Amino acid sequence: MTVELEIPYNVHARPETGLYNAKLGVWLFLASEVMLFGALFSSLILIRTSAEHWPRGWEEGLNIPLATLNTFILIASSVTVVLAWANFRLGNVKRGRLLLLATLACGFGFMIIKTIEYYAKFTAVPPHLPSTSNFFALYFTMTGLHGLHVLGGMILFAYLSGPGFKMWEKEPERYVNRIEVVGLYWHFVDLVWIFLFPTLYLL
Amino acid sequence: MSEHIASEHVSAEEAIADSVVPNPMHHNDPEHIRKEIRVYLTVFGSLAVLTIATVAVSYLHLDVRWAILVALSIACVKGFLVAGYFMHMLSEKKLIYAVLALTVFFFAMLLWGPWGHHYDTFGR
Repeated sequence: MTVELEIPYNVHARPETGLYNAKLGVWLFLASEVMLFGALFSSLILIRTSAEHWPRGWEEGLNIPLATLNTFILIASSVTVVLAWANFRLGNVKRGRLLLLATLACGFGFMIIKTIEYYAKFTAVPPHLPSTSNFFALYFTMTGLHGLHVLGGMILFAYLSGPGFKMWEKEPERYVNRIEVVGLYWHFVDLVWIFLFPTLYLL
Repeated sequence: MSEHIASEHVSAEEAIADSVVPNPMHHNDPEHIRKEIRVYLTVFGSLAVLTIATVAVSYLHLDVRWAILVALSIACVKGFLVAGYFMHMLSEKKLIYAVLALTVFFFAMLLWGPWGHHYDTFGR
């Protein structure tokens, strides 16, 4: 007789919490993420309010049209992931998977545009580097950390729409929950950008 | 969807959870999900309009105080839409609110922190 060790409460809610464990786990992780980005926003406020002069984003040559396009891309990707979740629950597997791939494509789009922006900064004369000024130090640190989060999300979507998809056949509810928690993470990444965009580019 | 579940072995824990309702926050009847989808699309439209608004206001080159007030107000509304509807915070479990209440408190401390720097110079 073999003994199967199952991870508890990854489908059904744990009675004490009313939540399946992954969901509580991802919210705790997001709480730590709020503190991580919060520390950077706090630094930005400190450095900016201490400076005699602080440039507005456009004065430093930040590309507002491209960043606006990136904002649209991230918002669209938040919608595609939440629609993927809804479609899997409806049993529209094909559409759900396509929406996951669309989310991944949005991630690619965001990173390509970010690369174009970074390239323009590095190749400007004189170049704009993290060491150029406090403004660019903060710009590169904050957008760089955010970009790493986008990259992390892309890996998750590539996995869930690729090799990780086979879970749907055996444990559809668990798979749907995975989409939900990855979605929560992705919406958080979108949320951070919603504040980063005006703070760095427009103000 | 439950008929897809492969495991025939229902553990005691699962039996309890089942009696509690698997995912109480997620109504899985198709009509409800379709309604959700309409909400998501409406939120998407609102976020797009607010993004255009925040960029349009930035081209007015307002005084920096007003620019910060307007841009961050719009960002807060957008943040509320994403957290409230996409992340379902408007209909979450108490435990998540408790976690977030702590997060909000410590986040507020982080944003309040920089003011300590200015206390040194107040009144001088």
